[in-house]
Amino acid sequence: MAAKQKKRYVMVIDTLLCIGCGDCVVACKMENEVPDGLSRDWVVEEVQGEFPNLHVEYRSERCNHCSNPPCVYACPTGASFIDEDSNITLVDPELCTGCKSCVAACPYDARFIMPEGYVSKCTFCMHRVNDGEDPACVSVCPTHCMYFGDLNDPESEVSQLLKQRQHKTIAPETGTDPNIFYLT
Amino acid sequence: MPTSFNRRDFIKIGAAAGIGTAMVGPSLFRRHPTARTTYPRQQGDLIETSPTYCEICFWKCAGWVHSKNGKPWKVVGHPEDQHSHGRLCTRGTGGIGAYTDPERLKRPLIRVEERGEQVFREVSWDEALDYIAHKLSVIKETHGPESLAMFSHGTGASHWKTLTKAYGSACITAPSFAQCRGPRAAGFYLTYGDVVGSPERTDIANSRCMVLIGSHLGENLHNGQVQEMGTFLANGGEMIVVDPRFSTAAGKAKHWLPIKPSTDLALILAWIHVLIEEELYDRDYVERYTTGFEQLKEAVATNTPEWAYPITTIEPAVIRETARTMARYAPATLVHPGRHVTWYGDDTQRSRAIAILNALLGSWGREGGFYIPQTAQVPEYPHPEYPEPSWKMCEETQKIFPYALSPVASHIRDMTVAPPAPDKQVKAWLVYGSNLILSLPDIEKTIQAIQNLDLLVVIDIMPAEICGWADVVLPEATYLERYDDLRISPGRRPQIALRAPAFEPMYDTKPSGWIVKKLAAKMGLSQYFPWEDDEDYLDWRLRQIGSSLDEMLEIGVKTLPSQGPLYFPPGADVTFNTPSGMIELYSEQLEQYGFDPIPVYRAHQEPPAGYYRLIQGRSPFHTFARTTNNPILTELQDENTLWVHPTTAKDWGLETGQYVHLENQDGKHSTFPIRVQITERIRTDCVYMVHGFGHSQKQMSRSYGKGMDDNELVTNVDVDPIMGGTGRRSNFVTFKLENATPMEAA
Ligand code: SF4
Repeated sequence: MAAKQKKRYVMVIDTLLCIGCGDCVVACKMENEVPDGLSRDWVVEEVQGEFPNLHVEYRSERCNHCSNPPCVYACPTGASFIDEDSNITLVDPELCTGCKSCVAACPYDARFIMPEGYVSKCTFCMHRVNDGEDPACVSVCPTHCMYFGDLNDPESEVSQLLKQRQHKTIAPETGTDPNIFYLT
Repeated sequence: MPTSFNRRDFIKIGAAAGIGTAMVGPSLFRRHPTARTTYPRQQGDLIETSPTYCEICFWKCAGWVHSKNGKPWKVVGHPEDQHSHGRLCTRGTGGIGAYTDPERLKRPLIRVEERGEQVFREVSWDEALDYIAHKLSVIKETHGPESLAMFSHGTGASHWKTLTKAYGSACITAPSFAQCRGPRAAGFYLTYGDVVGSPERTDIANSRCMVLIGSHLGENLHNGQVQEMGTFLANGGEMIVVDPRFSTAAGKAKHWLPIKPSTDLALILAWIHVLIEEELYDRDYVERYTTGFEQLKEAVATNTPEWAYPITTIEPAVIRETARTMARYAPATLVHPGRHVTWYGDDTQRSRAIAILNALLGSWGREGGFYIPQTAQVPEYPHPEYPEPSWKMCEETQKIFPYALSPVASHIRDMTVAPPAPDKQVKAWLVYGSNLILSLPDIEKTIQAIQNLDLLVVIDIMPAEICGWADVVLPEATYLERYDDLRISPGRRPQIALRAPAFEPMYDTKPSGWIVKKLAAKMGLSQYFPWEDDEDYLDWRLRQIGSSLDEMLEIGVKTLPSQGPLYFPPGADVTFNTPSGMIELYSEQLEQYGFDPIPVYRAHQEPPAGYYRLIQGRSPFHTFARTTNNPILTELQDENTLWVHPTTAKDWGLETGQYVHLENQDGKHSTFPIRVQITERIRTDCVYMVHGFGHSQKQMSRSYGKGMDDNELVTNVDVDPIMGGTGRRSNFVTFKLENATPMEAA
């Protein structure tokens, strides 16, 4: 029997469609019961140019589930780890001491401390992905600007999109090898 | 015995006296689970779902409310629903916040006087409803039942409308007509004999070219339309956006026309001119379906792009190019009619011009333009005939505004102050879900009208400003805690949706179905409410179309067989519901009332030196003032900002983040300050803020004093003489830089 191929889950977000409505942020909060005042994803608005020659880009951002994750390296207890079958980066609350090394190490400011004292962040809604569903943010986006899938599968929608369209990642210079791609 | 007040003082809802001030009811914070885990769904969790349709805005998306282990969890869209296609918008996704908001109205309140001060006393439902029933019977005897006016916004209003009619009044209004989309309704009705409706019959998903005129889809999250805009853009649709602001939509558009505010009609006429001059219009469509083309051609002969340029600041070449773009994709070109269109008092004429432009492109009744909507036919529960009122408000309104298609809220307000005849007085208001203080322009006059009333009853979820003026406040259960009437709305297919309670009502709140039935019994009007309860009512109606309440509880949304084609079949004869049976490019109806039969551009007031036109809009995170206290949504935005161009900012020495006060042309000073947001995304002659902030009710702690209420700066209202709309964009503001500290510091 062939070994099950490891997945590389990525998110592909079309900035040409994103309207910055924040539905992804609220859907995540509700789905994952994120406490008041905290959130696992957020929207960035970037304005360039001068009136009337302007360009606005909205980006839904979150943990990049980096293939080269500084947070995991920074964790002294092994609480931060990459899921075995995928590249999903997770935190084990039982092992986390709340030392914040990972929070400082993450170039995307994706991590935060829960009121209970452990670190939390985006999980790509692993509980939903395991059930064959899209992450909550992807499933709610009103303009369908977000895609989720396995980049190791060349036939997947995300693979196809990255083949056909111009794209970028955030802060690639940090060498994190991020897995959130933005179509431009 | 009910007391009566010569003058109502504004009461802060927090100032309750008498019985029942102790807090009871279930715990408020239900969203945060106790599990120390990154995985919110665990084995053995009990997940229950129940159907609803959203009430956070008027779009009414159907969805499923999920609870986990008996606690509210989330609301998600219903995949079969035409309004949401399985995806709720930001606000609907955060809808549970309406339920968990600890600052909701909790118990019925009655205004009483204690030690010379007016306060609210918490009372039982029986006492509140007895009070209302008694007052209404006295009012009926003294002034006749026609003196009751009902203001509605929202689904639960249906019960109150029934009660109003049963009582003997036809005076039912929705501020959404004269304060929002009425001009569009009148303009399209006069042209096509039909309205655009809600949800709009716009076929955006199939459009190739879409023109937005001041409409900021994407910031207003009318869910279905925003989703279709996504499809449209993904398919390479070309968008033309006319807006003094670089809106989100402008950022997605091929052409942004940063028009000088108040001149849109000139641009539309120039476009019409180009289509005719260059013979780009749909000749066959125009010949087959329209009347008045020759008069139109003559009327716009001088409206050249060169004529429009100094008015609009849009270059003639751009006007020509965009007109040609529209023609290239026609009839799959949609000149969007907008929704909130009460701007300058000539709004019906501007809507007419948009209707005419669409007719020239042949887009009405065509794929990619406007489809023919289908609505499910569901019989009404039988009830006795309503008594015939001796006079009707809509007839009074139409004497002044001939195309007021529904009674005009601001006009009823005005008639409450100055009745048209001694025997035509308005003495009682039922205000359902409609914060008239923030939604009707000219707040002073609204308060003056309220002082003339014998009874003001407010039915609401939140202690909105209007509650502070009420004699009786009735706390309604949220949409997540109640049944409502079926959602029967126009769409591409006939479809119905059910709202069922997902949770028990919190505190001492009740659904309107329950409240009204009980009140009707006290008023001797039970025969108009012959059903047992909400379930019996709904089941009866559903059985008439071969469904049942049980079925709908299972499926939530039911799509019925199609009633006909969505578009005019090619070459088909179509009779329009106009006097001529044709699309009326030239309107004899308007001419007969002395209005321009073809729209004519007339200049509007300009801001004085040092003043800027105040423009208002929507945010994707809120449904105007309704949600600005929602604990989930305030995390995304808890105050509005004032968009200011860098040049303006430089002139005034402003910095982003700084708080400023504003004063308008009439010397009206803002109550609360607003944060400056310096941005290239706006012209220099106007400033912009999102409507719905700057609440003055202390009880709503998350919204009290946060941001600015644009409505208080709207003291100049340009009334649309055709339908009574209240144009609000000829108000000009200047900066007041002293003492502009934010609320917390003040
Ligand atoms: S558009 Fe949003 S707020 Fe309005 S009904 Fe739909 S989900 Fe609710």
